[in-house]
Amino acid sequence: MIRIDTVTKRYPDGTVAVDRLSLDIPDRSITVLVGPSGCGKTTTLRMINRMVEPSEGAILLDGADIRKQPVNTLRRSMGYVIQNAGLFQHRTIVDNIATVPRLLGWSKQKSRARAAELMERVGLDTALAKRYPYQLSGGQQQRVGVARALAADPPVLLMDEPFSAVDPVVRKGLQDELLRIQDELGKTIVFVTHDIDEAVKLGTMVAVLRTGGRLAQYAPPAELLSAPADAFVEDFLGADRGIRRLSFFGSDALELRTEPIVAVDSTAEQIAARAVTDAPCLLVTGLDGRPLGWSAPEDLTAGAVHTERLISCGRPFVHGEDSLRAALDCAVLSPTGWAVAVDGAGRAVGVVSQQTIGEAIRGAHAEGRAEAKAGR
Amino acid sequence: MNVLHFVNAFFGDGAHWHGYDGIPTRLAEHVRYCLIALAIAAAIGLPVGLVTGHYGRGGNALALLATAARALPSFGLLVLMTITVGFGLLPVMVPLVVLAVPPILVTTYESMRSVDPSPVDAARGMGMQESRILLQVELPVALPLILSGLRSGAIQIVSTATIAAYVGIGGLGRYIIDGLYQRDYEKVVGGASLVAGLALITLVLFWAAARCTVSRGVRRGA
Repeated sequence: MIRIDTVTKRYPDGTVAVDRLSLDIPDRSITVLVGPSGCGKTTTLRMINRMVEPSEGAILLDGADIRKQPVNTLRRSMGYVIQNAGLFQHRTIVDNIATVPRLLGWSKQKSRARAAELMERVGLDTALAKRYPYQLSGGQQQRVGVARALAADPPVLLMDEPFSAVDPVVRKGLQDELLRIQDELGKTIVFVTHDIDEAVKLGTMVAVLRTGGRLAQYAPPAELLSAPADAFVEDFLGADRGIRRLSFFGSDALELRTEPIVAVDSTAEQIAARAVTDAPCLLVTGLDGRPLGWSAPEDLTAGAVHTERLISCGRPFVHGEDSLRAALDCAVLSPTGWAVAVDGAGRAVGVVSQQTIGEAIRGAHAEGRAEAKAGR
Repeated sequence: MNVLHFVNAFFGDGAHWHGYDGIPTRLAEHVRYCLIALAIAAAIGLPVGLVTGHYGRGGNALALLATAARALPSFGLLVLMTITVGFGLLPVMVPLVVLAVPPILVTTYESMRSVDPSPVDAARGMGMQESRILLQVELPVALPLILSGLRSGAIQIVSTATIAAYVGIGGLGRYIIDGLYQRDYEKVVGGASLVAGLALITLVLFWAAARCTVSRGVRRGA
């Protein structure tokens, strides 16, 4: 565990970057430091590997003051990833990744073998090994940055806005990749970002800092969204925190309806039997079970469905896997107001109305409140 | 009577190719003075430029020093040194070194300052010692600019080393001074074209050095 114990960083000109900050960073989890610019989040991160020395207070790593060991030994035991990757442009990708192993005195051969292994781990084609950084895209460079930080298998990983310089699509890929790598390796990751969505997505724990370097709230993301400590945190979370909070509720509890679903080759009797009073439309599925689209029952002619006349059912949600947020999104976007649920293979397993989703949300919130009460 | 005629006459004369005043001897002297002067200038300019550039301190002092050094007339310095220490190699080396240190020093400093700070930050954060950061992270990236500073220093030395002849220690300047004195323009042009040729060879050598030492990852676009 990394314990930040009432740490203050005051610069010679009197500016206080971090103000009496205390934080316990749990092992084998992602702790995100988030806040507006000037809140001291990067300074806090850089104090953990002593790139910045605190003016007051101490930082303990597994109970021992980090100042007790030589600074370079400490830094070599912590992976360090920065914005724009900071790759060495004169070295090939494989040699960039092998930097820390080489510093630790590993042989060239062993370091390069390890580097090649890491390229695969972070999703880089090993054919890129002999390339130079300028020949890689921004996203690939950042993957190299992560691989380089992981090269000597450090228990701790410090990441300073690592994904903020890449476009949103690449960023999402990198975030998913980080979560996957974390599942496999279980590092103690301290992650700095100014993006609250990134914090909520990646963090096991999220520390919200306010300008002046004071801690506003330290909580798991779901709690942050449901119970912001004050107006500052609430404001920082943004307007749609209620909707975003739904990401933490699973869709498995949703009661799906299977009656308003007809196969494309149904007979007239089957169609008539499926027409239920409260659902305005029927969902037509293909022979493989995949949803094709919605149709009013009277527009359906047995055995001869005009698939081009169907009303689009949009993007369905995966039942049990996607969150209530995804389900609600599907229902809101659906022209019929009903969301389509599919299984992992994309086959329709049921439909659900906005109303039912609304009830599920109320139920989940009530459960959340009960849990919070029990917790206290 | 044109320049080409002079050049032909000078290099066509067999008498110019041997003896203590022959082209090989004078060329060897000239090259030797240039190499010594460049080595001394680099020994002063490179370490100072690398270290001040790495720590980012002393830039103003360096600029001041370089401007002052550039304002010193080489010939005046040669005369002054000769009066103070007498004839020999030293009074020639001082003005040549004073001439070459500013471009080497200033370019080295500037090249180190222009290195992208993020790889340096990453290297420090990974636990690399400062000396290694300087030599293995910053220097390889700054190298093309550093070489260009050395190159302009070298070219200036090559052309200015002709003043060695004034204090009687030879070099290619001998032809120019003697030629002017004897109104033998063939000799003047011959000596001048040898100096120019040497300067061109210096350029080629530096280009080759850059090809060999600068990483492919840094060289692109340059």
